[in-house]
Amino acid sequence: MARIGVFVCHCGTNIAKSVDVERVAEAAKSFPHVKFAVDYKYMCSEPGQNIIKEAVKEHKLDRIVVASCSPRLHEPTFQKCAESAGLNPYMVEMANLREQCSWVHDKTEETTEKAIDLVKMAVAKVAKDAPLTRGEIPVTKRALVIGGGIAGIEAALTIADCGYEVVLVERTPSIGGHMAMYDKTFPTLDCSACILTPKMVDCAADPRIELRTYSEVEKVEGFVGNFDVTIRQRAKSVDKTKCTGCGACLEKCPSKGIPSEFDAGMGTRCSIYRPFPQAVPNVPVIDRETCKMFKEGKCGVCSKICPTGAIDYTQEDVVTTEKFGAIVVATGFDLWDHKLCGEYGYGRYPDVITSLQYERLMNASGPTGGKIKRPSDGKEPKNIVFICCVGSRDAEHGFTYCSKVCCMYIAKQAILTKDKIHDSESHVFYMDIRSNGKGYEEFIGMATCNCGTNYMRGRVSKLYPKGDKIVVKGNDTLIGKPVEIEADLVVLATGMQPVHDSVDLARKLGVSTDKYGWLTEAHPKLKPVSMLTDGIYLAGACRYPADIPDTVAQAAGAAGKVAGLFAKDSIKSEPMIAYIDQNSCAACGLCVSVCPFGAIEIEDVKDKRGNVIKQAARVNEGVCKGCGTCAASCRSLSARLRGFEGSQILNEIEALAE
Amino acid sequence: MSEYNPKILAVLCNWCSYAGADLAGSSRMHYPTNVRILRVPCSGRVDPMFVLKAFKSGFDGVIVLGCHPGDCHYAKGNYYTRRRIPLLKNLLANLGVPEERFHFEWVSASEGARFAELVTEFTAALKELPPMGKMI
Ligand SMILES: Cc1cc2nc3c(=O)[nH]c(=O)nc-3n(C[C@H](O)[C@H](O)[C@H](O)COP(=O)(O)OP(=O)(O)OC[C@H]3O[C@@H](n4cnc5c(N)ncnc54)[C@H](O)[C@@H]3O)c2cc1C
Ligand code: SF4
Ligand code: SF4
Ligand code: SF4
Repeated sequence: MARIGVFVCHCGTNIAKSVDVERVAEAAKSFPHVKFAVDYKYMCSEPGQNIIKEAVKEHKLDRIVVASCSPRLHEPTFQKCAESAGLNPYMVEMANLREQCSWVHDKTEETTEKAIDLVKMAVAKVAKDAPLTRGEIPVTKRALVIGGGIAGIEAALTIADCGYEVVLVERTPSIGGHMAMYDKTFPTLDCSACILTPKMVDCAADPRIELRTYSEVEKVEGFVGNFDVTIRQRAKSVDKTKCTGCGACLEKCPSKGIPSEFDAGMGTRCSIYRPFPQAVPNVPVIDRETCKMFKEGKCGVCSKICPTGAIDYTQEDVVTTEKFGAIVVATGFDLWDHKLCGEYGYGRYPDVITSLQYERLMNASGPTGGKIKRPSDGKEPKNIVFICCVGSRDAEHGFTYCSKVCCMYIAKQAILTKDKIHDSESHVFYMDIRSNGKGYEEFIGMATCNCGTNYMRGRVSKLYPKGDKIVVKGNDTLIGKPVEIEADLVVLATGMQPVHDSVDLARKLGVSTDKYGWLTEAHPKLKPVSMLTDGIYLAGACRYPADIPDTVAQAAGAAGKVAGLFAKDSIKSEPMIAYIDQNSCAACGLCVSVCPFGAIEIEDVKDKRGNVIKQAARVNEGVCKGCGTCAASCRSLSARLRGFEGSQILNEIEALAE
Repeated sequence: MSEYNPKILAVLCNWCSYAGADLAGSSRMHYPTNVRILRVPCSGRVDPMFVLKAFKSGFDGVIVLGCHPGDCHYAKGNYYTRRRIPLLKNLLANLGVPEERFHFEWVSASEGARFAELVTEFTAALKELPPMGKMI
C-alpha cells in the first residue's frame, strides 16, 4: 500500500498570498493513501528539505508530492531530496501551485479549490508511480567521421588529438573536399594548399586516424555509444600497401581525355588517376567505367609500367561492419547545377563558367598552371563579368536562401584576377553584398577600392555571344541606367546546394533534413552541431552554406561533443522511456511506424528452448526519447511509457470525478 | 442560461505548452480558475482514451495543447496528434459530445499570452453550453 506525504509550499508569499495553503495541506490529509501533509514557507530551502527527509523517516513514506512551483524549475531538486531520504527519485510528483495557480489567479475561494484539485491529481499520479532506474549504456570510444572535406578533417584531427580512434570515410579518392580546389581563400588570401595540405598529411600520419577513401557508408544501426556501421570500400584496383605514389602509371595510361571532376571539367585525367598531385592518400585508383582493361578486357599498360606491381585488376569491394560510439557527419555541399535552369547560356557558351571552374583556372596547380585562359580559345581574358546570386535567392529557378559565401569568393576572384592580369577589368552584378564576417567588409573594400572592381547593383537580363565576346546586358539600379558589357569571360556565382544524395544518407542515419535537403541540427541556436539522434553530430556545409572559418569552428565543436561523450565509460539512459508488454503485443507494427526516432523493431520471441513462438515489438532503450507516441497508438495497450503510464494519467483524471 | 463554473482539463506537452503556461504565470497574466492542467511529455502521448475518460469524469471541456508543427521536441509527435484529433472529434460527436467541448491547439513556450487567451475564450465558450452532465 502506498504511503504518500504531501508538502505544500508558501513560496514566501508567492503562493500563500492567493492560495490558502493551510487548507490545502489539511485537505490533502483526506486523499487516498496520504499519511502525512504539511505546509512550510520555503520547501526548497534546506530546512524545507529537512522537513521532507524527516517526514519520510518518521511516517515511513514511500513517495511524496511537493505542491510548490513548476516542476520545470525544481523537480530535480526534490528528486535529489527524495533520493537522499532513501526514496527512489522517480517516486516524486509536483503540483504546480505557483506558475499555474497563485500567479495567475486572485485570492478567491476558487483559487484554493483549484490548488486542492491540483494536489489531488498529483497524489493520484504518485500513487501509481513505480521506482525507475537509469540504465547504463556502454560507450565504444571510436568515432566515425563521414566526409573528408575541411570539416571532416578538422573533426577527425581534434577527436584524435583528444586520444580517441577515428575512421574517416570519404567518397572520392582523396580527402580535402572543395577547399583543396581553391588557389587562395578569403578573407586573408592565404594559399589554400598551404593551410590545408599539412592537415591532410597529419590525418594520414596520425596512428589514431584511419582513412577510408573511395568508401561509403551503407548502413547504420544501433544508438549512441553503440552504432553498427557498414562501410563499403570500393575497389581501387591498386594495392595501397605496394603503391609508392610514383605516378608512373598516370603517364602511360592510354585512356585519356576524361573530364576531371576535381578540375570541375576544366581539365582532363586518364582512367587511372589521383584527383590532384597532393592527394591524400597518394594512391591512384582505376575508374572502371572508362578503363580499357575493364571495358574491353585488354590493355594492362599500368600493370606493366608499375615498378612495384601494385596494380590489381581483381581487387573487390570490401564491405565491413564496425562499432562506433559517435558519428560526425561532414558531407559538405554540391555546387548548384544551373545548366538545369538554362539561364545565362551555361553549357552552350564555353566562356560562361562557374565560380568553381574559375577557381581551377586560377589555381597554380590547376589545368592551366594558374594562368587564366578562357576555355574557348585559351586567350587571356581582359574583360570579366561576375554574376552573383545564381540559383541563390531565386525562388523561381533555384532556391530562396542565400549561399552566404559567394559575395565573398567573387570579391576574392576579382582581387586575384587583377593580380594575375594587371590590365584586366572585372565587373560584378550583385543584388546585395553580404560580407558579415570578421574582416569581410574590409575585404570587399579591397576589391572595390584597391583593385577597382566595377560593382553594379542589378540583375543581368540578357547574355549572348557576339563574335568572340559575350554581351552581358543588365541594369545598374543605383544610377538607374542600363549597362552593356562585352565580356571575354563570364563567371557565375552559382550557389551551394545539399549534396545530391544527402537525403539518402540522412535516411540511413535516421536523421532529418529540411525542405532543401540540408541536414537538420537538434536546435538552431543552442545545439547547432548536434542532431536529434543522440551520438550523431554535424559540421560544415552539410548543415547549411558555410565558409571555412564557420566550418572549422563547427567541426571543432562537433569533435568536442564527441570527446565529451567518450570521456565517460558509460552513459546513463533516460528512465522515462517506452517498453512493450510482449505478452499482449500483436506485432501489428503500428508503434514501429509512428516512432519519430525509429526506436522500435519487431523481433522474434523465443521460448526457453530457443524456439520462435511469436513476434513482438521491442523498444531500443538507447534510442527511445520517451515521447509516448507509441503508447498512445497501441491498440492493445502493449506499448507503454514509464513515468507516464496510462494507469497514472487516467488515475489523475479520475481523481477529479465528482 | 444560469452561470455555472465549467470544469476544464488542459493536457499540455512538457516542452512547449506547459512551458507556455508557466510563462503566463511568471508574467502574472490572469485567466479563469476553471482549468486543471495535466502534464504529458508530448502531445503525441495523448491517448484518445484520456479525453474520453475526462468527459466521463465530469469535465465540461478538454483542451489539448502541443508544440507548433516543426517545433516538437520529439521531431514529429505532434503530427500524429494532429492526425488523431479529427478521428477523436468524430468519435466524440457519435457519443453526443459536441465539438465545442474539445479543442486542440499549438502553444509554444513563448506564448504565455496565447495560453491565457485560449483558456479564457474556451471557458467563456463553455459557459454558453449547459453543464456536461452524465455521459452515456
Ligand atoms: C567557388 C567557391 C569558393 C569558395 N572560396 C572560399 C574561400 O575563399 N574562403 C572560405 O572561407 N570559404 C570558401 N568557400 C566555401 C568553402 O568551400 C566551404 O566552406 C567548405 O568547403 C566547407 O567544407 P566541408 O568540409 O563542410 O564541405 P566540402 O568541402 O564539400 O567537403 C565534403 C566532403 O565530403 C565528401 N562526401 C560527400 N558526401 C559523402 C558521403 N555520402 N560519404 C562520404 N563522403 C562524402 C565529399 O566528397 C567531400 O570531400 C568557397 C565555396 C565555393 C563554392
Ligand atoms: S552570398 Fe551574395 S552572391 Fe551568394 S547568394 Fe548570398 S547574396 Fe547572393
Ligand atoms: S502497436 Fe502495440 S501491438 Fe502493435 S506492434 Fe506495437 S506494441 Fe505490439
Ligand atoms: S516513446 Fe516515443 S521515442 Fe520512445 S519508442 Fe515510443 S514513440 Fe519511440
